[in-house]
Amino acid sequence: MNAQAPASQDPRLNRPEPFTPPLGDGGFFQRDRSIHPPAYAPGYKSSVLRSPRQSLLSLEGSASEITGPVFGHNDLGPLDNDLIRNYAKDGDPVGERIIVHGRVLDETGRGVPNTLVEFWQANAGGRYRHKKDTYLAPIDPNFGGCGRALTDDTGYYYFRTVKPGPYPWRNFVNSWRPAHIHFSVFGSGFAQRLITQMYFEGDPLIPICPILTTIPDKDALDRLVAPLDLNASTPFDSLAYRFDIVLRGQRCTYFENRPEGN
Amino acid sequence: MPQPLNYLKETASQTAGPYVHIGLIPAMAGFDIFEKNFSNVLVRPNTQGERITLEGKVLDGTGSPLRDVLLEIWQANAAGRYNHPADRSAGALDADFRGWGRAGSDFETGLVTFETIKPGAITDRAGRKCAPHVNVWIVARGINIGLNTRLYFSDEEAANATDPVLNLVEPPVRRKTLIATRGERAGNVVYSFTINLQGSDETVFFDV
Repeated sequence: MNAQAPASQDPRLNRPEPFTPPLGDGGFFQRDRSIHPPAYAPGYKSSVLRSPRQSLLSLEGSASEITGPVFGHNDLGPLDNDLIRNYAKDGDPVGERIIVHGRVLDETGRGVPNTLVEFWQANAGGRYRHKKDTYLAPIDPNFGGCGRALTDDTGYYYFRTVKPGPYPWRNFVNSWRPAHIHFSVFGSGFAQRLITQMYFEGDPLIPICPILTTIPDKDALDRLVAPLDLNASTPFDSLAYRFDIVLRGQRCTYFENRPEGN
Repeated sequence: MPQPLNYLKETASQTAGPYVHIGLIPAMAGFDIFEKNFSNVLVRPNTQGERITLEGKVLDGTGSPLRDVLLEIWQANAAGRYNHPADRSAGALDADFRGWGRAGSDFETGLVTFETIKPGAITDRAGRKCAPHVNVWIVARGINIGLNTRLYFSDEEAANATDPVLNLVEPPVRRKTLIATRGERAGNVVYSFTINLQGSDETVFFDV
């Protein structure tokens, strides 16, 4: 071995740089598509004509994917996370009062702070306030059915609502959706963008739902089912359900003293 | 047995369903609830850059437009900088441009529009120049996991020819599925696009 190594031709080797931690705000962990529903899932008939047939082209995370929109409290109103009050006209909406709460985490277990979580649902009778929903259950004059929240510094979010009802839909002749709440989550980068649905512990429609059973992985399906959380319920007021949401983790950090574009 | 690797697993995606508007664009569902709403207008009066309209449809396997689809776009500003702390490139930030918007398709025609600015070229992590582009995310009834694609610009032929992502697309004939066509209407610049979910002109979708 030479006592003194010659200067390298590669200028990067002559410039001391800190070794970067392996997890940080770089590219995202590769998405494990085996736990997600496939695009083409013929048991859910609407997917047949709306599913791409070519392979997805895999991209390593560039600035376009690791960045994403940033939201703040200025984007929200004070009642946005209170579905019992945010559309009330002359009283409270009909239905079981519930609290839904949980954390938005990434795959490393860290909370995702200050990220926008949006949610929407049918009313207690299973009817959506939407001009295209014609189910015979009545609209509730005091219930809009949507809300949103920003996670706090630890990734925690919460909102208050009434438990949605199940409803029939045109797939097979007698298909019913289990009670569910739709969730939209951003994360810190656009590649973490996710829409999912939360279900309720003990609902007998869960194992026979043509949409829910598009998920090929039993554990992944179970993770969409929120357990009753009696500790978080408010005595004589509301039961609570717990729903944690996991977004993709992130690989290595950039350092400020790295060259631009690196 | 080695120690377990205790990574969590990503939450499974589910379709946004036919009533996605309630949560994300309640005015389209037919009611007014929030004090502040997100929209398909990304520009403010003081936003820097060339005003453009992005206008297009998403077509299903029969060539019919989806009339219940929701698109979101995410793009750099006119200087090629994303309004996000992880973009440490040299372009100046624009306080009047978040770079994100969402739009539902028209319930009759399926047309989707955004009012935005043309983004600048961005620099990727390897220092390569990337052609100006807009990142698109698509959800709807029947779409089980959001689809990611991009829109490039027909008048950026030279930049498109060297773009590192466009050059990954094989066979090259599929690259045109990512190009929005520049035109003018009443003095305004309109870029038109068609996103085909299936068929011989199926759009290139990315696993990002």
